[in-house]
Amino acid sequence: MIALSDYLMVGAILFSLSVAGIFLNRKNVILLLMCIELMLLAVNINFIAFSYFLGDTAGQVFVFFILTVAAAEAAIGLAILVVLFRGRRTINVADMDTLKG
Amino acid sequence: MSFEKFLFYVFAAILVFAAVMVITRKNPVHSALFLVLAFFNSAGLWMLAEAEFLAIALVLVYVGAVMVLFLFVVMMLDINIAELRAGFVRNAPVAILVAIAMVIELVIVVGPQRFGLDEVAAPAAKPAGYSNTEELGLALFTQHLYAFEIAAVILLVGIVAAIGLTMRRRPDTKSQDPSRQVTVKAKDRLRVIKMDAEEKA
Repeated sequence: MIALSDYLMVGAILFSLSVAGIFLNRKNVILLLMCIELMLLAVNINFIAFSYFLGDTAGQVFVFFILTVAAAEAAIGLAILVVLFRGRRTINVADMDTLKG
Repeated sequence: MSFEKFLFYVFAAILVFAAVMVITRKNPVHSALFLVLAFFNSAGLWMLAEAEFLAIALVLVYVGAVMVLFLFVVMMLDINIAELRAGFVRNAPVAILVAIAMVIELVIVVGPQRFGLDEVAAPAAKPAGYSNTEELGLALFTQHLYAFEIAAVILLVGIVAAIGLTMRRRPDTKSQDPSRQVTVKAKDRLRVIKMDAEEKA
């Protein structure tokens, strides 16, 4: 039988990989957004696994809402990206220094 | 090893492989396609955890909508990949170190000695005729109705924000303005000029 720890470890590996991805591709905004999607996927795997093993549907309801919010986030993020590219002809994070933060 | 366990390992292995490919490919289009593969395999994992509705929703919403949007944007933008890859090799040791440290720490926390089958027993098989979709729908539309409505509002805000951000008025396009068409008065269009009658020459 598949144990809860198996699911949790897959989620942990996926989350760590996406953190590594953020380190590796820290100049490319599209890759950063993709890594965030991977992170959310890892979190969702944890929610689904706990929902299954504890017999509670609330976990799946949470995943449902996370999917909704992630879809809205991706749409707005990509819209911002398109506007940014239109104005500056680049999506390099290093070039986005207008606010001098 | 049961067939379920075998399927789990296949899905998990392809999922991790796809995630590695997503973060290491040079071309963002390849990354996006590997992310699609990752979503498919995690849908398989969710199916094994008896979350059928969400597995199908993941494929439909993510593969069908979000990733197509990603691919569309990646292909539309003319980006200089070489410039964005600068620092990849320099950051690699730090990234690998952080990832390995995180995996070790997380596995210590969530590993088999705390969440193994002995600690959290596998749930009993569901009775015949059990519907995951029905169960989820009941929870969603009774206990979590307000959250559901807020989710709808968030999606609406997302639509409005995405359109509002990316729409631009171009001065050279010919378009109709319905409100001006409706509010037009006869005197705006027709001018009656009083003048004396002319004599025939």
